Amino acid sequence: MLQEAVINIENLCKTYATKQGAFVPALKDINLSVDLNDFICIVGPSGCGKSTMLRIIAGLEQTSEGRVFYMGEEVKKTNREVGMVFQDYSLLPWQNVLDNIALGLVFAGMSRNESLQLAHKYLKLVGLEAFARAYPYELSGGMQQRAAIARALANDPRVLLMDEPFGALDAHTRILLQEELLRIWEQDRKTIMFVTHSVDEAIYLADRIIVMSAHPGQIKEVIDVTMPRPRDRANPLYGQMNARILGMLDR
Amino acid sequence: MGETPYLDGGEPLDVKRSGTQFGFMEPNQINFNGSRVKRFGAQLIWSLVIPAVFITVWYLIANHLQNPVVLPHVRDLVQLLIHPADNLISMGSLLNNIFVSLVRVLIGFILAVLIAVPAGIAMGYYDSVYRLFNGFLGMFRPIPPLAWVPLVLAWFGITSMATLLGVKQGQWYIYLNNLKLSMVFIIFIGAFYPVLTSSLYGVRNVRKVLLDSARVLGANEKDIFRLILLPAVSPSIVNGMRIGLGVAWMCLVSAEMLPGSLSGVGYLITHAYTVARTDIVIAGMVSIGVVGAVLDFLFRILEDKKFAWQRLSR
Repeated sequence: MLQEAVINIENLCKTYATKQGAFVPALKDINLSVDLNDFICIVGPSGCGKSTMLRIIAGLEQTSEGRVFYMGEEVKKTNREVGMVFQDYSLLPWQNVLDNIALGLVFAGMSRNESLQLAHKYLKLVGLEAFARAYPYELSGGMQQRAAIARALANDPRVLLMDEPFGALDAHTRILLQEELLRIWEQDRKTIMFVTHSVDEAIYLADRIIVMSAHPGQIKEVIDVTMPRPRDRANPLYGQMNARILGMLDR
Repeated sequence: MGETPYLDGGEPLDVKRSGTQFGFMEPNQINFNGSRVKRFGAQLIWSLVIPAVFITVWYLIANHLQNPVVLPHVRDLVQLLIHPADNLISMGSLLNNIFVSLVRVLIGFILAVLIAVPAGIAMGYYDSVYRLFNGFLGMFRPIPPLAWVPLVLAWFGITSMATLLGVKQGQWYIYLNNLKLSMVFIIFIGAFYPVLTSSLYGVRNVRKVLLDSARVLGANEKDIFRLILLPAVSPSIVNGMRIGLGVAWMCLVSAEMLPGSLSGVGYLITHAYTVARTDIVIAGMVSIGVVGAVLDFLFRILEDKKFAWQRLSR
């Protein structure tokens, strides 16, 4: 192999202890390797542990068994090079949008001036330059998620984990942001792992779709999407793939 | 949130922060036929109806009774209140006594804040600290500050800050001797629990996603504390301080009834009672009410100015 995988998951298991003392398996025997510049979508029913998997890769949670590697090193804690965008609105409500985007740079010890300048560049990238001084509560849900994406990108991570980032948005905004995300991704092709419960969203975005099943969460199938981008939802192949994956989720 | 009536990329929510907060009007909102002014005036009159009825009834009853020990005349009270700097029954003026009381309350309150805020944050953040202290502190919580009086007297008697700091004479002695430890302790107890509880639950209620996203962005524990946790809990802390100061101020009378006290509004009230000057008793009560309301108002302004984001975020 010319290049080792950016993320490698080996026999990952995650069990939770319930209050009654029983153990509930959330993830079981996950093996997955993600290459540089891959755009991967993970779809599955709720409760299949897809968000948990992402949180483990981010270093926010620990594995019960098995190991997760980032660039050959085992993930034990969070890492600036692995960014994450959450479904819940995660901007700091007491800071304006520009300061929010600069947050990771401030953590990295960059001077205020420098960080704000760089933050401005990412603000432009997501088309929010008119709202630099606005506060999160003044923004719509879609704009808040754009800002959250800009904040993650400002850290220049190698991998971007996205946990249903468009899950709370209305259908139209969602499609706009999908296009927007692809446009940004085409520029520097960061490795993206994107969790969603929308099969349509996964087909629109991904190079590869990981289909998961629930109780316990396991990888059911891995599907390559070879249609060229931008993908046309009217393309019969699109519909066929959609039906096929939905069929898998039903079973 | 959720049902945003516009498409993404549209205008941001129309939030007129400065416009609605204190009832001020922005220039472009002023309506030249004056209907807003009229409405404001009508509201003001409406809110004065009950006080006016109250004072009228008082006036009529006082006139009927003609017994100033039971109910003094309204005009006597007004006389006292519009000359707050006059010397009363050789106990100093109303203003002077209010000032003494304020200093006492502030010292007890500040001590309570200095201890309760770090304790509350530590208990909210670390489960082990919570378990260590919660049962112990919970036992003392239901005890009314007044119930501490006998014990506090046994401990501190009439020991004052002057004794503690070793000041024996001079101007400072007069000031410091007025600050009895017993009083400070009673006020401290009153302010302690509201501040502790709000700090604790403030930390508990910080949205987890804010901490998670900061960690993913590379924050270390110090960053999390300084840049996420502290700003996120400060509205609850200030809210707890507002309530704590209110309770501390309410403990004032009981604290100033303690031996060794020769000044303060609380002492003025009890002393005026023994010489049957009910008008001074009521004037003292009114001052306690007004000062308490002003302190509360100042905190509210601070909350509105600094923490508008909290109200507007949801």
